[in-house]
Order: sequence, then structure tokens, then C-alpha cells
Amino acid sequence: MTLDKKQINGLMQLIGLTRDSEINCDQCLNLIAEFAERELAGKSFPESLEKVEHHLSICRECCEEYRLLIQALKTMDEDEPDPSPPRL
Amino acid sequence: MQTTQRDNEAWLADLNARGRIQQQALTDLGDALFRTLGRIRANWTYVDDSFLEDVVQETLMQILEKLEQFQGKSRFLTWATSIAIHIALSKLRRKQWQDISLEDITLNGDTTVVDNFMTGDEVEINRDQSIIIDRMHSLIDSELSDKQRTVLLAELKGLPQVRIADLLDSNRNAVYKMGHDARKKLKQALEDSGLGIEDINSAFSA
Repeated sequence: MTLDKKQINGLMQLIGLTRDSEINCDQCLNLIAEFAERELAGKSFPESLEKVEHHLSICRECCEEYRLLIQALKTMDEDEPDPSPPRL
Repeated sequence: MQTTQRDNEAWLADLNARGRIQQQALTDLGDALFRTLGRIRANWTYVDDSFLEDVVQETLMQILEKLEQFQGKSRFLTWATSIAIHIALSKLRRKQWQDISLEDITLNGDTTVVDNFMTGDEVEINRDQSIIIDRMHSLIDSELSDKQRTVLLAELKGLPQVRIADLLDSNRNAVYKMGHDARKKLKQALEDSGLGIEDINSAFSA
């Protein structure tokens, strides 16, 4: 087993970010829509959503889903006449 | 009814209805999700309309099951889209890593990783990092259970949680908890040995 420097750095950064209490991925998913809309609107996060921000800093997969959600929301806001073909 | 004409209450009412009203709402929601996923599909390789259609159908089923969990703190379509993206990425992650076993990743939990890391010719580490890595080497062996060690190392190697969960016959939340418990143990053990969080952040923040 070999880990490269990036992976070792990743472990150390994760440990540095670790809290006694963290929300899990499902809890994050339940809150991510509200979090994303606030982010796009430039609004501050209430305490209940601060846990989401922390989880996204820890969880690579939820962070990936969040980035895609932001991208999707930006396209939804441009949702005018639909250029896509209809579903079959 | 067009999706843009429904507010949250209308979505909930129509989806909670039965018969033709519910069916129309599901069709509208499916169309909206399909369009949205189609716009971000460029992020994914080997994704065709059939894949997106599967994702949409699974999303609609999940949404009907968890409709009461929607708290109305976001637009309904945002909530639905977050679920669709999660389902799509879970499918893609499983597919991408389907031929990888935990043994492939962890070599049966061997944690000589830090030794290998430290002796790599191309790797440059400073003295502070070296001290922490030394401690980490022994702590991974002494503090973690076999499962915690396996999950932590698999995650560090890039194996997605959904695949780790499959391989352990577990679920994503349980895998997250195992990884979290492992991180807490290592953090506490480092602190007990005199290395605090500030030392770690300082040494590895670059």
C-alpha cells in the first residue's frame, strides 16, 4: 500500500477539520437544496446550515454533488423555452 | 400544467393526489429533471438518454416515498434536483468502481503507507510534517479497528463511499460514521501525544 503526498496531506487536513459531531451524507442531502439556494442568493447561512458547509469540506462526494447542483440551478434559472428534445 | 407554474404547495398537492393529477405532476417533474440533467451531462462520460431516464424514474420513486420530508425551505424543483444528482452520481460511481475490491485498494489493510510515503525519492516533506507522519503511522495501526482502517484507507485511495458500502454490505451513512470515528480517534491520539489541531493545520496547510 502506498499513499502519495496528496493523499497524506488529505488525511491530515481531514483530521484537522474533524469535529466530535458531524452530520452524515443523508442529513447533508436533506439540507443541500436550501444551502445551495442561499449560496446562490448570497445569503448568510443560519446555524442549522453551517453543519452542511462543514460536511462539504469533509466529504468529497457530497461536495461533488453540491457543485453539480449549483451548476444545475444556474441552468434552471435560465429556463426559458426548452431547447432540449422531449423525452420519448 | 407547466413546471414553472407550480409553487411548492402545488407540487405537494398534485404529487399527493391520486389518478390523473398525480400522473401529470410526475410527468412534468420527470420532464423538468430530464432537461436539467441533460444540461449538466457534459460532466459525465458514457451517459446517454437511457441512463438519464433511469435516473429520472428512480428519482420520481424516491420523491414519492420521501415527499413528507420536504420542508419547503427551498424550491421544490431544487430539492428534487438534488436527489436526482445524488442518484445519478451514485450510479456512475458504482459503475466506475465496479471491478475494484477493497483488497485491491487496501492490500488487506496494510498500513505501511507512511513508510512508503516517507522513503519516496520524489517526495519532499518538512520536519514538522515528518514528525506528524511518524506518529500517524503507528496510530493508524494501534488505534483503529480493522474496519475503520479499511474504510479510511479506501476513502483516501478514492474509492467512493457508495462502493465501499456495497463491498462491506453496509450503507453510505454507516461508512461515513466509520470514517468519522477513525478520524476522531486519530485526532484524539495525536492530541494526546502532544500534537494539537493547530500543529496539524500549520504543518499541512500548504
